[in-house]
This record gives sequence, C-alpha cells and structure tokens, in this order.
Amino acid sequence: MKTASSLSRVQAETPRFTLLRATAAIVWKDLAAELRSRELLSSMLVFALLVILIFNFALELDARTRSTVTAGVLWVTFAFAGTLGLNRSMAVEKDRGCLDGLLLAPVDRSAIYFGKAIGNLMFMLLVEIIVLPLYSVLYNTNLFNPGLLLVIFLGSVGYIAVGTLLATMAVQTRTRDVLLPILLFPLVLPVLISAVRASTGFLGGAPLEEILPALNLLIVYDIIFIAAAFMVFDYIVEE
Amino acid sequence: MEIQVKPRALTILDGVSAVLFFAALAMVFFYAPMEAVMGQVQRVFYFHISTAWVGMLGFMSAGVAGIAYLRTNNRKWDIVGTAAVEISLVFFFIAIVSGSIWARPAWNTWWTWDVRLTTATVVELVYFAYMFLRQGIDDPDRRARFGAVYTILGFISVPLTFISIRIFQSIHPVVIGPGEERMGMTPEMRNTMFFSLFTFSVLFVDLLWHRIRLGWLSDKIEQLRLKFAQ
Amino acid sequence: MSALEVTLKHEVHVVNDPEATKINPMIDVRKLVKRFGLKTVLRGLDFQVQPGEFVALLGPNGAGKTTFLRILASLSRPNLGQVTIAGHALPGQAAAVRRRLGVVSHLPLLYNDLTAEENLRFFGRMYAVPDLDRRITEVLELVGLAARRRDLVRTFSRGMQQRLAIGRAVLHDPDVMLFDEPHTGLDQDACQMLDGVLREVAARGRTVVMTSHDLARSADLASRFDVLSRGVIIASVQRKEIEPNDLLAFYRQATAGA
Repeated sequence: MKTASSLSRVQAETPRFTLLRATAAIVWKDLAAELRSRELLSSMLVFALLVILIFNFALELDARTRSTVTAGVLWVTFAFAGTLGLNRSMAVEKDRGCLDGLLLAPVDRSAIYFGKAIGNLMFMLLVEIIVLPLYSVLYNTNLFNPGLLLVIFLGSVGYIAVGTLLATMAVQTRTRDVLLPILLFPLVLPVLISAVRASTGFLGGAPLEEILPALNLLIVYDIIFIAAAFMVFDYIVEE
Repeated sequence: MEIQVKPRALTILDGVSAVLFFAALAMVFFYAPMEAVMGQVQRVFYFHISTAWVGMLGFMSAGVAGIAYLRTNNRKWDIVGTAAVEISLVFFFIAIVSGSIWARPAWNTWWTWDVRLTTATVVELVYFAYMFLRQGIDDPDRRARFGAVYTILGFISVPLTFISIRIFQSIHPVVIGPGEERMGMTPEMRNTMFFSLFTFSVLFVDLLWHRIRLGWLSDKIEQLRLKFAQ
Repeated sequence: MSALEVTLKHEVHVVNDPEATKINPMIDVRKLVKRFGLKTVLRGLDFQVQPGEFVALLGPNGAGKTTFLRILASLSRPNLGQVTIAGHALPGQAAAVRRRLGVVSHLPLLYNDLTAEENLRFFGRMYAVPDLDRRITEVLELVGLAARRRDLVRTFSRGMQQRLAIGRAVLHDPDVMLFDEPHTGLDQDACQMLDGVLREVAARGRTVVMTSHDLARSADLASRFDVLSRGVIIASVQRKEIEPNDLLAFYRQATAGA
C-alpha cells in the first residue's frame, strides 16, 4: 500500500510539525471567526461588566473595602465570564458537527486540545485586558501592576486548561448550558485560591517573599492541570 | 437461565458489619470516657472521623476505578466507580454534619472554613457535579468514560485544594501524629477511635459490595430486557 | 412476480462470498461488533468494497448504518472485529486512514462565521494539502460555488452548504469517500445538483460508501446495493445485475424477515 499512499495529496511530515501546524490552524480559525462575529468577546465583556456592576452594589465598593476585595471581585468576574466564553467556543464546534470534522483530520488529538485552549486563552486575556483599565477608571484604583498582570496570566492559563477540557465534555451532554460551571468551579478551585492570594498580595503591596509561595503554587497547578487535561482529552473526544 | 443468589460471604459480611457497628456504638457510649472540656458532645467525634475516613476510601476507590475503566474499557469498573462515589457522597455528608455538631461546642460556631471541612464540602460538590454529568448523558459508554475522567480530575484537584487552603491558618485539631495541637486522648479514647475506624472500613466494604452487586444485577435485567425486545 | 425471482437470484450474492476478497479490497471489515453499553448494534458484520465501487448502504432506521459509517470514518471504535481501509487497520493506524478518507455527514461540518474559502483553507491546513490556493479554487469550481467563495457559510442555503461540505471532504483528494444520508433536508433541485457533484466525485475512480433511505436516488448513483439490517449485511446486489425497477422489491424482500 506504500505506492498508493504516496499518490495521496497529503504529504508525510514530522509529527511535531504536524502538531504545530494543526494547532496553529485551529487558533487561526477561531480568531478569524471571532473577528467577524465578535459574539464571544462581546458577550463575555458585557457579562464581566455586569458582574462588576452588581458587585459594586452588593459590596459597596468604597475606597477602603475596595483594596481588600478587589482581587476577589476580579477573579469572580473572570471566572464567570470565562465559562460563558468556554461554553460558546465549544458549542460552535459541536452544533454543526465541526468537532467530528476536527476529529476526522489526520492530526493528533492533542492538537485539537491545544488549539482550542490557546484560542480560549486569547479571548479570556483579551477580556481581562479590557476589564482591568475599566475597573481602574470606575473605582479609581491603579491595577497596572506587573506582578498582578503575571498572576492574571498564570491564573487564566490554569483556568483555561481545565475549562477547555470540561467544556468539551459539557457540550456533549444534554444539560450542557448549565453543566459547565458546576463541573468546572469545584475542580479549578486550587487555581482560583492561589490566584486570589497572589493578586491580593500584589495589590496590597506585600513583599515578594510573602507572595512567592502562592505564585509558585499557581505555576505548579498550571503544569499539573495542563498535563492532566492533555492526558485525558483523548477519552473525551474519541468514542 | 441462572438464578442470581446472594453470595454467602456477603451475608456473613452483613452480619459482621452489624455486630461490629453495635460494638462500636457501645464503646463510644460506655467504654470511652467523657471528655472533660466538651462533655457528651465529644462522643460524636468517633463516628465523625470514621465517616470521614470512609468518605476518603470511597473517594480514592472512585479515582482508581476511573483509571481502571479508561485502561480496560470494562463496564465493571464503571459500576465500581459509581458505587464508590455514591457511598462516599453519603458518608462525607454525615462527616460534614457531625463535624458541625462537634464545631459548635468546640469552636463555638456551627461552621468554620477549616481546611478539612471545606475540602470535604468541595468533595461533595465534585460528586454532585459527577451525578449531574452522568444524568446528562444517554450513551452508556460515554457516560462511563466522562464519569471516569471526572473522578480522576477530582482525584487530582481535591488534594490541591486541600494544600491551597492549608496556607490559611487551620483550627482543626490534628488527631493522629506528632504536633503541638495533638489532642489529649486517653488509651480508651484511642481504642474506641481505632475500633470505629475499623468498623466503618468493614461497613464500607460491605456497602460497596452490595452496591456493585446491585449495579451488576441491573445490568443483567437490562440485558434480558434487550434480549426479549428483539 | 418477476421482481421476486430477481431478488431471490441475487440473495445468493451475500457478502461472505469468498470471491469478493480475492483482490485487495479498499475497505475490508470482518466480524465487526459494536455495542452501546449493553446493546449490541452491529453483530459480526462483514463488508468488503473493491476499489472504485460505489456502494449504497440501505436499511431501515436504527439498523446501525450511521454507527457503521462512524466506525469506518474512525470516529468510533469497534468492540470486536477488524476494520482495514486502504491497507491500514483501525483504530491502530487511524491517522493513516484519516489521510485517505473524505466524509460527508448529514451535518455540514462547516463553520458559519467563516467564508467558503476560509472553511476550505482551514481544513486544507488540517490535512496539509499542498498548493492550497490552487486546490481551493479547483474544489470550489467542482462543487459550483466559485462565485460565492467570499461569502459567509451562514448565508448559504442548505443545498449549497451540503455542496461545500462535499468540497471540504474531497479537498485532500481522498481515495475513499463516506456519505451519511447526504440528501437529508434538501429540496428536489438541491438534490439534483448534489447528485451531479456525487457523480463527479465517483467518476474519478474513488471508492464510495453512502448510506441512504432514498432508494430512487441511490439507484441512479451506486454500482452496488447492500442492505444492512439488525446489525449485519443481509443482502447485496450489483447494479448491473438488477433492473432499477426491481430495486424496491429487492429491498422489501431483504428486509421482510427483519
């Protein structure tokens, strides 16, 4: 059968290159579609602003309380808006059979996971980049702290690593619209806890050695969750 | 067609569990001395720690069954996993409630965000999520696969939650092992505790066996139903 | 009763026929068993397709047609049995099989928020199609959508989407094509256009398996008709051995016992 396969239009490549190319193709596809519809980003953004608004009334975010709860408010906002984006991003794949389309391609399944995860991470970071200055203006606090930005990046990585996996799971169920936050929040708790701790530290101007344990934990969790999700993703998409 | 008889060993185990359970109950109320500071309420401690232990056992069994299912693709591991989760769910609930009863006189509050209580609650939430997940899937193979994946993820995540909360100060007493907070326990108290732990472990095995058998029987019924439907 | 005579004559050509396996078949399925939980959907199914054949897979709803096609498409794993496509075994050599397989399902497998061209470009990248720009133009012309290449898929009619779905499936020039109820939800005109494309695809020497419950439509397209019922292929007949008018009788006869 060797001669037959060389006739085929598809050329053999090194596995690593195939993985990178397929991952990049999926990210490109998600960005191109989003650039056109802007459904995902706009809904995430509006939702994030609404959450912040509700927190304003619920917590009476005056100057004094603000400094202690800002980290919590931000992470709750990101986590809520994140589920919205994750659900939407995976529903697009499921609804018109596109997930099958991806699975039919001769690429490793991890390319599908990483492609979707990187796209989701980009959307989440984009929302965060817009929310942060808005929050700064609305509540007259400066959130442009390089340490905080690092924590937000690391926390989002861990959140998306688990979230992409569970969203892929959730869209394949009957109860998918309500299921994702229920599945995701109890599992992603370690990431959120350490992210909130580290954020609070940076916002409160704590010395670095006090923040470092939380930051280190966050990095370790990111690695653990990416590795775990990567290992089980096959079982989520393959029948 | 073979008739499914309850295995003899299981009946014996039922009896052993029952006897052990009443013995443990008797030890808790009549053998263990009354604790000086807290009084009678302290007696809830023995079953509290035992139910929490069984919950942990179930939690670990479910994780192991999850890995076994993904490796072998054998339905029996799915039955074991569900059985372990269901038992663990009930026992962790009892542990949380009895923990609350303990916390009231000990720390003067019904609820505290103590690391173990919180982790137990997170486990409960993970299991509720697991139940919701399974309910939402019609295809039995997919249900088993997703369930297995979710218990494995829980198995990884829950200890991390525990570590994370541990950063905060805990007021939960460390019962076993060296430490400043170690509770002063008389030998009778210690004996009662270990006997309770043993009793509940036996009870766990008994219940797990029953639940697995139940799952297996319902599979049989389903098989027969499919056979006659044709 | 001549129709029945014809049928009975062809019932001899059941798939277990050892003659059928003499040459290297493009699709070779042996003793395939697929279960969903405790329910057995495919029970020891045997199925061979020679290169260049166009097989219409007929059968009542719930017979396991879609399940079978999903296994051939490497989307679902068999519980027992061997599946070999173009010399590669499933699920072990799935990537090699996927490279030579084009699949069209009743869902379009296309992204609404991308244009026709962008959809093809995306899938072309997933398959590492060389000289992609030229190939996209070629394929769009083949399926008659060259004029709409820069339009969003969400503005397409159902029929146009289905034609683009076929374009997506042939983009990497597969040797084997699988169609799962491609006519579902199409009106008469759209069906005719689709048939034109299907014929074009088949005319290039590809091996095609198509599930369908539309006997009349598949009569015009296929070179062989197989009936799948209760998880096995119960009858098979070559196009040249049967009059189109007798096809319905053949099908009725085959499924009568089920």
